[in-house]
Amino acid sequence: MRKIAIYGKGGIGKSTTTQNTVAGLVEMGRKVMVVGCDPKADSTRLLLHGLAQKTVLDTLRDEGEDVELEDVMKAGFKNTSCVESGGPEPGVGCAGRGIITSINLLEQLGAYDADKELDYVFYDVLGDVVCGGFAMPIRDGKAQEVYIVCSGEMMAMYAANNICKSISKFGKVGDVRLGGLICNSRKVDNEANMIEEFAKKLGTQMIHFVPRDNMVQHAEINRKTVIDHAPEHPQANEYRTLAKKIDENKMHVIPTPLQMQELEDLLVGFGILN
Amino acid sequence: MVNETDKPKDAEALIAGLQEFRDEVITKYPKKIGKKRAKSIILSDAENPPQIQANVRTVPGIITQRGCTYAGCKGVVLGPTRDIVNITHGPIGCGFYSWLTRRNQTKPVDENDSNFIPYCFSTDMQDSNIVFGGEEKLKQAIREAYELFHPKAIAIFSTCPVGLIGDDVHRVARHMTEEIGNGINIFGFSCEGYRGVSQSAGHHIANNGLFKNLIGRDDEVRGSLKYRVNLLGEYNIGGDAFELDRVMEKCGINLVATFSGNSSIQKFENAHTADLNMVMCHRSINYVAEMMETAFGIPWIKVQPIGAHSTAKMLRKIAQYFGDKELSVRVEEVIEEEMKAVEAVRAKIHPRTKGKLAMLFVGGSRAHHYQDLFEELGMTTIAAGYEFGHRDDYEGRRVIPTIQIDADSRNIEEITVSKDETRYNPRKTEEEMKALEAEGMEFNEYHGLMAQMEKGTLVIDDLSHYEMDMLIEKYHPDVFCAGIKEKFCVQKMGIPLKQLHNYDVGGPYAGFKGAINFYKDIEQMVCASIWKEIKAPWENEDYVEAQFVF
Repeated sequence: MRKIAIYGKGGIGKSTTTQNTVAGLVEMGRKVMVVGCDPKADSTRLLLHGLAQKTVLDTLRDEGEDVELEDVMKAGFKNTSCVESGGPEPGVGCAGRGIITSINLLEQLGAYDADKELDYVFYDVLGDVVCGGFAMPIRDGKAQEVYIVCSGEMMAMYAANNICKSISKFGKVGDVRLGGLICNSRKVDNEANMIEEFAKKLGTQMIHFVPRDNMVQHAEINRKTVIDHAPEHPQANEYRTLAKKIDENKMHVIPTPLQMQELEDLLVGFGILN
Repeated sequence: MVNETDKPKDAEALIAGLQEFRDEVITKYPKKIGKKRAKSIILSDAENPPQIQANVRTVPGIITQRGCTYAGCKGVVLGPTRDIVNITHGPIGCGFYSWLTRRNQTKPVDENDSNFIPYCFSTDMQDSNIVFGGEEKLKQAIREAYELFHPKAIAIFSTCPVGLIGDDVHRVARHMTEEIGNGINIFGFSCEGYRGVSQSAGHHIANNGLFKNLIGRDDEVRGSLKYRVNLLGEYNIGGDAFELDRVMEKCGINLVATFSGNSSIQKFENAHTADLNMVMCHRSINYVAEMMETAFGIPWIKVQPIGAHSTAKMLRKIAQYFGDKELSVRVEEVIEEEMKAVEAVRAKIHPRTKGKLAMLFVGGSRAHHYQDLFEELGMTTIAAGYEFGHRDDYEGRRVIPTIQIDADSRNIEEITVSKDETRYNPRKTEEEMKALEAEGMEFNEYHGLMAQMEKGTLVIDDLSHYEMDMLIEKYHPDVFCAGIKEKFCVQKMGIPLKQLHNYDVGGPYAGFKGAINFYKDIEQMVCASIWKEIKAPWENEDYVEAQFVF
């Protein structure tokens, strides 16, 4: 079983990319579980065709200790297992602690046990690694492979670099590795080249360049992944390709994060088309 | 300082050796730590107090004596008040382990008077309260406490996780005050354990809360209009406040409020109707004294009712302040009568205790106060220090303007107090104050611990366990005064330890009768031969060495 965590700047398209890629993997016959690690609990919406999920933490709060795996896990697109960790409403309590509690509970309930015959677990984690709780999925024994969704925008690259810092920290003492950058295009100048160069500097690869297409938006409005909503559309093939590349990926590294100045030089060198 | 004739024969040599001892201890530390500790281990000089490093972060791993900010706020200052329901907002440990551990006693005035001190109130936060926030659980706890006990006031104390997850205890307090109504007074304290370098931060936070939420809410003048005083920084450990109440009453002095030994909400609310504030524990409560002077015009003096002579001195100061013949006569009568009983006991005990050595490492005032009692017993204090004192508690208040404000002190709310427009009333005119000062009365003044200590004796701030071990090994004091954390380590080394946080099972030690109790308890400890028997018999035997023969 491969355990994969998807990180990236808030709003970059982590949940969309994760679910579309997972759709590609299940189409290939893989058995996949998606664990949403965002208090908003919207990481499995496209696979479940709506927000039908009761989160792990809500269940824990309502049912007390007596929680069964069936209470928190729903079957989505082509039998994907979908779990939402959930968390407090904005501005209250501690979302980081929530993720720790909920991942521990999933382990206790046997969500990862061999009898589930999972090929993949995907953790879709919100935003940046702001505190210990959000690093939980990449701590020892959890996700071993991280993909960072980014674009050619400065702040997305800055966030990606920060996430690399925490991977390199945990990588030195555990088995977490970076699998690559997924460029979710924002149509900025020279984007693919820049991210490829950025990936090289980090010691990794740009595993795929996902072009921008309005079909993603159409599918989202219909609460579906692109593969589910418009299987023949070229954008569906992009996600199929990404799924295949991840399935075949053998490049797992401890990244070498950049200094702030290096990152800015990169933008100046690539980011402006003359 | 102890009488020349009471000093041990080798006193001079003992004290002369302390410099070498200090240097030796410091060199044993890693260089950087040695450099830091050197500033906190100082040889005293009463004439010219040297600068000591105090109220700074503890070196990790030295096994400090210190406590946390929550302990200082909830345990020390607010804990002794009987009719406030004190709710600890946090996981259960903080509330449970601060439950009744200080032995602060209280005496309800009648059966309708509330006493919540025997109870322990906590929100018992669980994992899901951390994740989803604990404000709802806190509100529920307040509702339950109100339904069960109908208290006049409820205080909320924040523990560490509350600060991390951002529960707003002050907003909850306002909300619940409105919800419950009936004139209930609910207020919160942001006294998370990590707020300061020691419990001292908690005292400051508690002082601010007392002033903002309690003092001055009730203007009714109760009792006699004459000789109205407050006693600040007295916590009724082992019944100290009862003895002081007795002495005051006997003199006809009207003790309006004690902060906070044997206290009640009404006394706090009424405290501003007194005409003199007397500060006993300078470290934990000087803030309230200053705020009351600014807002209401009540002057404050430092007093020291630990030790029979010091108690007499306090009574004379009160008489001098009020400048009333009738009071002075009464005070002298009381002193004469009380001192007769004290001297009778002291005369018997003194020959057995004189010349003995004491060390005190406790509190933020206690390591100073109890030296008076030891002097009355003819015992020499060769080393002393505070856990959480500031530089002014060692060197005197004159150094306050030169104390560097660091990031840790800035972390504590500083409230600005101004003159109360309607109730500000200077108790003495400027001329009267000047006249009193000319007679030797000192206002707003504390000379600190070093002023009392023999030149060349050792003063150590935030004593480390290693330093304590070395002091005992080298000097074998006849009694060591500290707290429960040190007690059994010291006693296993064959030295009796007197707890001055909670007096073990003894007390009261304040006032006149307290002095008698102290003499007797200390005599028992320092004259007991049992401490020589602390080693198991086989530890005194020579090792029999043998070899296997094959």
